[in-house]
Amino acid sequence: MAGQQRVYRARIRSTASLEKIFRAMELIASSRISKARQSVASSTPYARAISRAVSAVATYSDVDHILTTEKESVRRAAVLVITADRGMAGAYSSNALKASEQLRERLEDEGKQVATYVTGRKGVGFLRFRKRDIAAEWTGFSDAPKYEDARTIGDTLVDAFLQDYEDGGVDEIHIVYTRFVSMVTQQPEIVRLLPLEVVEGTEPPAPDELLPLYAFEPNPAEVLDALLPKYVNSRIYNALLQSSASELASRQRAMKSASDNAKELIRTYTRLANQARQAEITQEISEIVGGADALAS
Amino acid sequence: MTLQVELVSAEAKVWSGTARMVIARTSEGEIGVLTGHEPTLALLAPGKVTIRGEDGSTVVAEVEDGGFLSIDHDRVTVVADTAALADSAV
Repeated sequence: MAGQQRVYRARIRSTASLEKIFRAMELIASSRISKARQSVASSTPYARAISRAVSAVATYSDVDHILTTEKESVRRAAVLVITADRGMAGAYSSNALKASEQLRERLEDEGKQVATYVTGRKGVGFLRFRKRDIAAEWTGFSDAPKYEDARTIGDTLVDAFLQDYEDGGVDEIHIVYTRFVSMVTQQPEIVRLLPLEVVEGTEPPAPDELLPLYAFEPNPAEVLDALLPKYVNSRIYNALLQSSASELASRQRAMKSASDNAKELIRTYTRLANQARQAEITQEISEIVGGADALAS
Repeated sequence: MTLQVELVSAEAKVWSGTARMVIARTSEGEIGVLTGHEPTLALLAPGKVTIRGEDGSTVVAEVEDGGFLSIDHDRVTVVADTAALADSAV
């Protein structure tokens, strides 16, 4: 019977040490999340400046650019999935991957080939396990992406877009990322990155504020040429930042419920251990009493 | 009348404030911006951007990678992938 008690005690100890880990991870995630949200905020001036400039060029010049032109027939589409590098984030990565799988099915139903680009080790692992071809992968920055990372990804995607289909190029590019709505809601989202639909920034300029008639230096075509890849990069950067904030938020939530569950388990095991101890004592007493009775009679 | 200047890099707003004059190097050559400049969108060449503040102070920023400069209604926005303030004002 003492064995039963020992088993419970061991379980309590191991659960308690797990709980410490969960708690630490929860605290780490919640301290990083404010930083991640801050970088989303501090990248907005750049994003706004770029969108403003791009829409200014697009509005006041009728320059056609290859990045904004729809291709006549779309034969191969690229999908960029943004996932986490590490697990312990609840359903964060699997939600993003689920959305990307749906997108892939839809594209294949439309008769397009799909080239997959992925960031984050979880996504890489998911695709490797299913023996999928990965066109390119980037890992190691999912919880604190830098602009450099976005630029590397953007350059690769734009290059793929500029290549002809015959040389392995793609005709459109989609991004699957997780939008950070609030601390409790993160929404996997699919956007088409290229060909670009130039939209006004998240905050459209006030209606009375007309875009001025700009002079372009050296000329509209070259300005657009330089701006559009930057615009693409800044969209990717924004997606990475949103995803990192979402990742941290879901990790925090997952770890919170894990440590709550661990506490609950410890409570249950403590009760069971106490019960086992009590049962043992009761049994010993009744054995002694039984023995004494036998001797007395 | 003064210029409203914003110096923005991809990761953060580096500097903002009011200025008398902004000097930058575009792909075509040096440009000096005073109030009342015509609206312009210009590509920047890598180099220094000098902002002469209202009070005579000077801010120098190092723009590394090609960025751009937009001027409208006396608002100047200098945008670059990477930009940093130079240590010492000239």
